[in-house]
Amino acid sequence: MSIMGAPSSSGRFGEFGGRFVPESLIPACFELEKVFTEAWSDPEFKNEYQRILRDYAGRPTPVTELQRFSDWLGVRVFLKREDLAHTGSHKINNVIGQALLTKRMGKSRIIAETGAGQHGVATATAAALLGLECVVYMGEIDIARQALNVFRMKLLGASVVSVTSGSRTLKDAINEAMREWVASVDTTHYCIGSVMGPHPYPYMVREFQRIIGDEALVQMRQILDGDVPDYVVACVGGGSNAAGTFVGFVDTRSKLIGVEPEGGAAINRGIPGVVHGSLSNLLQDDVGQVQEAHSISAGLDYPGVGPEHSYLASIGRASYATAHDSEVLEALQSLSRLEGIIPALEPAHAIAYVIREAGKTIPLGSSVLITMSGRGDKDAESVAMMLGENN
Amino acid sequence: MANQTLGMLEKALTEKRDGGRKLLVPYISGGLGDWIETIHAIIEAGADAVEVGIPFSDPIMDGPIIQEASQRALDGGITPSAILSELRRNSFAVPIAVMTYYNIVHHAGHKRFARELANSGVSGSIIPDLQLDEGGDWIMMAAENGIDNVLLAAPSTSPERLTRSAVSSRGFVYGVGLMGVTGERASLADSASEIAHRLKECTTRPVLVGVGVSNAEQAVQVSRVSDGVIVGSALVRRLLQGGGPQSAFEFISELRKGIDAII
Repeated sequence: MSIMGAPSSSGRFGEFGGRFVPESLIPACFELEKVFTEAWSDPEFKNEYQRILRDYAGRPTPVTELQRFSDWLGVRVFLKREDLAHTGSHKINNVIGQALLTKRMGKSRIIAETGAGQHGVATATAAALLGLECVVYMGEIDIARQALNVFRMKLLGASVVSVTSGSRTLKDAINEAMREWVASVDTTHYCIGSVMGPHPYPYMVREFQRIIGDEALVQMRQILDGDVPDYVVACVGGGSNAAGTFVGFVDTRSKLIGVEPEGGAAINRGIPGVVHGSLSNLLQDDVGQVQEAHSISAGLDYPGVGPEHSYLASIGRASYATAHDSEVLEALQSLSRLEGIIPALEPAHAIAYVIREAGKTIPLGSSVLITMSGRGDKDAESVAMMLGENN
Repeated sequence: MANQTLGMLEKALTEKRDGGRKLLVPYISGGLGDWIETIHAIIEAGADAVEVGIPFSDPIMDGPIIQEASQRALDGGITPSAILSELRRNSFAVPIAVMTYYNIVHHAGHKRFARELANSGVSGSIIPDLQLDEGGDWIMMAAENGIDNVLLAAPSTSPERLTRSAVSSRGFVYGVGLMGVTGERASLADSASEIAHRLKECTTRPVLVGVGVSNAEQAVQVSRVSDGVIVGSALVRRLLQGGGPQSAFEFISELRKGIDAII
C-alpha cells in the first residue's frame, strides 16, 4: 500500500480532508466521486486522457539536468519541465481529466477559479478543445497583475468574472465559484484547480497530476542508473504540482520537500481548520476567521493547503519550508541567467529553497529534482516592475 | 427516538405550529448596527424565533447582501464571543438560534462552543457547511448542551438522504428554497414549495423554508405548504440601507400579517 493511497470513504487523509460543503452541493460531490472512480478504472477513459496529454499537451515532459546551475550550487539539480506542457504549466494535466469527466457526466458547462491565471487558461483551453462553455472566476487584484492570462482566457472563448469581494484574490475567487456552482450544479462542473475542496477533489486532482511524478520517477531512474534523487522539491500553494510529484516518489527513499511562500505558509504557520470544503492547515486569526495570504506569486496567494499535504506533514513523510519574496525574485533571475529558463514565480519558490539550502541542509553532491510547474512569461511584467522598484 | 426530549427551539416552534400558527423566523447578522434592538423589534413584530448570524470571513452559502452585512460587522471588529456576550446580557421572548460556518465552531472546539451557546441563552445552531456527513460529533455535543442543531435539505437532496436529514435535524428542518445562495429573488422558485412538500411528507418536525423568500407574498405562497419561513436578505438589506429597528419592525409585521391570513 502506498503512503499516498486512496483516502477513506469519507475522503480523509489521516484526520484531514472530508466534505464540508452546503447541502445543495453534496449530491454533486457524490456523483463526481462515483463518476471519477468508474472512469479512473476504465481503460478507455484513461487511454483518452493519456492520448490527449500526449498528442495535444506534449507529454511526457522532459527532465532537464541543469549544468551551470548545478556547478554553481555544488548539487546536481534536475528540473521536471511542466513549463513545457501546453498552456505553460502543469495545470493542463488536471483540466483535461476534469473536462473529460464533465462530458462523461453529461454536463455542458465548466467553471473554475484562478489565481495566477494558469488554471484559468488551462480550463479555458480544455473547454475549447472539448466544446464546453467556460466561466473563470478571478480576483480583481489578480486580474490586474495577470493581464496577459486574462486576455488568453478571453481569446480561448472563456468569460472571466472579476471577483471584488474580500481579499479580491484566489480565496475569494473560490468562494464566488462555489456560490455560482450551488446555483448551476445541474448543468455545470466546478473544475477546482488544486488538491483542495470537498472529497473527491483532493484525491481526484492528485490522481490527474500524478502523471508528473510517475513520469519523473521513470526518467530519474534512467538518468541515475536505477536510483532516485536524494531530494524532490516542489512549491506548494494549494499543492497540486507538489502532490502530483510526491506521489511518484513517496514510496522511495527520496526526501520530499514542499516550499510555501512566506506570506501564505499554511503548513508552517497555520492550524487545522475548515474552508472551501475540507479540513486542513489554514491561516486564521484567534477566533477562526480566515486570514489573507500575501505573496508576490498570485498562484500561491492562498491561506489554505490541500489536506493530503497536512497529512504528509503530520506523519513526517514530507517536510515543508518557506521562501521569502526577495529570495524568490533572486532565484528567478539566477535560473534565467544560468540556464536560459525563466520560471514562473511559483516554482521559483522551490528553486529559491534549493539555492538557499545547497551546501547546508542539502549536502554538496546531492541530487535534487525540482518540479518546474510553470513558465515565467505570465509574470514578466510584474517581475519587471518589482525589479525596477528594487534597483 | 420515542423518549427523546425536545430542545427549547423545537418545543417552542412545535407548540406554536400545533396551535395553528405559521412560523416566522427572521435572520439578522450579529454585530450589524443596532442588532440587539432590532431583535427586540422583530420579536415584537411577531417573530417566532430569531436566527442570528455570527459573521465568517468566507460565507460560501451567502449572496451579496449577507456577505456585505458580515463584512461590515467584521470590519467593525465583531467576534463570535462578543455576539454571544451581547445575547447573554439580554433576554428574549422567543428562542434564538445562531447561524455560522463550521470553522468558527471547529476553532472554538465543539464542547466550548456548545457551552458558550448554552450559557448565552441560545437554543439552536445552523451550520450550512456541516451537514449529515461530517456533522455527527457536533450534533451530539450540541444536544448534550440543549442546543438543537438544524440540518438543511436542498432541492438536489435525494429522497433517502432527505429522510435521514429530517430524522437527524433538531429544532426544525431547514428546506432550502432554491438551488442558489441566500438573496432576494423577484419571484418564488417552484422548488420552494416542492422542498416543503417533500419534507412535510417525511417528518413531523416543523418544516421552514428559507433562501429566496423575499416578501410577504412569497412567504404566504410557500407557507401554504411549509410550516413557515426564514427571511434573511430581504430584512438585512433594509438594515444595510440604514432602516434600523423601526423598518425591521414594519417589514416583519407585514410578513406576520400575510402568513397569519393563511387558513
